[in-house]
Amino acid sequence: MIRLNLVLLVVLVGCALGTVTGQHRARTLFVELEQEQRGARQLDEEWTQLQLEQSTWAMHTRIETVAASKLGMQVPPTERIQMIEPPAESVRP
Amino acid sequence: MNIARNPLLSLRLPVWRTRFVLMLIVAGFIGLAVRALYLQGLQRDFLQAEGESRYGRTLQMSAHRGMITDRHGEPLAVSTPVESVWISPSTTAEVAPAQRKALAKLLGIGEAELGRKIDAHDRDFAWLKRQLPPEQAEKVRQLAVPGVFIQREYRRYYPAGDVTSHILGYTDLDDIGTEGVELAYQSWLAGKPGSRRVIKDRKGRVIEDVESVRAPQQGRDLALSIDLKLQYLAYRELKNAVTLNKAKAASIVVLDVQTGEVLALANVPTYNPNSRGQYDTQKARNRAVVDLFEPGSTMKPFTVAAALDLDRIKPTSVMPTASGAIRVRNHTIRDAHPAAENLNVAQVIQHSSNVGTAHIAERLAPKEMWSVLSASGFGTVPRLGFPGETGGRLRSHDRWTNLDQATMSFGHGVSVSLMQLARAYTIFCSDGEVLPVSLVKRTEPVVGVPVISARTSQQMRDMLQLVTQKGGTAPLAQVVGYSVGGKTGTAHKVENGGYSAHRYVASFVGFAPVSNPRLIVAVMVDEPDPKRHFGGQVAAPVVSAVLTGALRMLAVPPDLPIPRSSTFEEIEGVPEDV
Repeated sequence: MIRLNLVLLVVLVGCALGTVTGQHRARTLFVELEQEQRGARQLDEEWTQLQLEQSTWAMHTRIETVAASKLGMQVPPTERIQMIEPPAESVRP
Repeated sequence: MNIARNPLLSLRLPVWRTRFVLMLIVAGFIGLAVRALYLQGLQRDFLQAEGESRYGRTLQMSAHRGMITDRHGEPLAVSTPVESVWISPSTTAEVAPAQRKALAKLLGIGEAELGRKIDAHDRDFAWLKRQLPPEQAEKVRQLAVPGVFIQREYRRYYPAGDVTSHILGYTDLDDIGTEGVELAYQSWLAGKPGSRRVIKDRKGRVIEDVESVRAPQQGRDLALSIDLKLQYLAYRELKNAVTLNKAKAASIVVLDVQTGEVLALANVPTYNPNSRGQYDTQKARNRAVVDLFEPGSTMKPFTVAAALDLDRIKPTSVMPTASGAIRVRNHTIRDAHPAAENLNVAQVIQHSSNVGTAHIAERLAPKEMWSVLSASGFGTVPRLGFPGETGGRLRSHDRWTNLDQATMSFGHGVSVSLMQLARAYTIFCSDGEVLPVSLVKRTEPVVGVPVISARTSQQMRDMLQLVTQKGGTAPLAQVVGYSVGGKTGTAHKVENGGYSAHRYVASFVGFAPVSNPRLIVAVMVDEPDPKRHFGGQVAAPVVSAVLTGALRMLAVPPDLPIPRSSTFEEIEGVPEDV
């Protein structure tokens, strides 16, 4: 009887320790998850900022001035544009 | 040796003492049990709440406002995080003078003002500075002033700035739309912040999710029908025209004829929505949608279309315009440029003859003319969904006099917005149907409402094409390679109940290509230089420039032969399969 009780006591202590470590590990993992989620949010925000930056750099007025002044480009007049009709078989309905 | 049996230690104690001690112990246990019962039973909820408040926290989860993009996904309005600094004066003990100084410097506010906010101990909350860039907020955080907190907020940025400001409107400091599309689609765009309960450890880390009280709802994105490239083009040309003609203001609307979508909508003067604080109704108004004007001759095609549709006239019917005047009820209506001979209906449109149009209007009953105007959308709000949208004024036909009808036939005595005018022209471009307009990208095919027959619509297109040809009022609206139809308008402005002598509104509504219309461009210029004020001179060149660029961008095949320049031959030398 005493021996059985001792065995059960050992099992009980083992289970208790297991619960504690399990809980601890769950918490550390959760902290990690939180960090990653925060990271994802930050990246998301950075993305919108980059989008903003990109559209600021790609402003049509800016591109136009750069193309015209730095690269010496110009919009071709209509008489210098050649329209090519797509071949009949490649036209999709 | 047994201690208990030691006679030296055996004491004769009175029995009551044993009982007394036993009773004390029992009483102690009863006391404990009662206390335990009291704490566990009666005070349980309170204690649990107290306990949880030691480690449980409710976290606010912010939700950002949806992005507004153009039809190709280019961002037009984006929310980015900024930090706002606030103070809780009632819980704040003294703030050291050195810290005050540093804080005032970082936030860019006066030390006296900051002091006043800190020392208002009866208050629980006061903003110190809103919408700081994240780097600056980080420095404030490092100062670690007691009672000063930093909260994340979102600020709206408009990358296209003044080019799209009238369409988009803006939001206030709390990210709530107060103008334009931001206001109209507030509930769609707005995010709903949520909250959740968590358990935090000693180091302030979240270690367990207890429950999600309210999941945050991120704002939804909105794709407008606007084409940013076209919008830039329209804005640039409009601005040039205002400078060139020393005009007070101007508006432009570009419609896609196939879908009724607004591809571009711009006004001058405008404002930059990114720099707050400057608010001027003159600049902030979306004139194309909100303002009314008397359209003048741009209305004429509707009278002619009504008469054509009822077979009262044919394009070749001749009107007695040679006299250059017509008398209606003691008033004489004259032409700005009297014709030498009698004009037929097509020529009445081409030369924009008031007299000719008044004669055509005489062949219509007021109700017949009214029903075409009304069905084309005059006098009713175009239902674009834009705040402050106006429906203009078209009086009911049963109160029209002959004179009213005659003047209305050439666009006086009615008022319209430029958006309405552009929309009404869809009846000439889509086989007689008026299309509902939209500022939001359409995903479903659009259903129009028939106003005139397809045959009348075709006849009108042919006549309106004459306007931009030699002898018409707007040869400046021509576009190389494309046939352009349209109608000019030049109206005296209404002032103090009469017409002003030297203030005009010049307008032009054009569409192209005439053979299979794709775009409608409507331009209105307010108070151009009186020396050069005709719609054909002021507004038509803008339409031509915008159509030239827009038709090329949309890759619309030209319907007219293009004169080849000599330099083109060199390019043609390139092998064909390149």
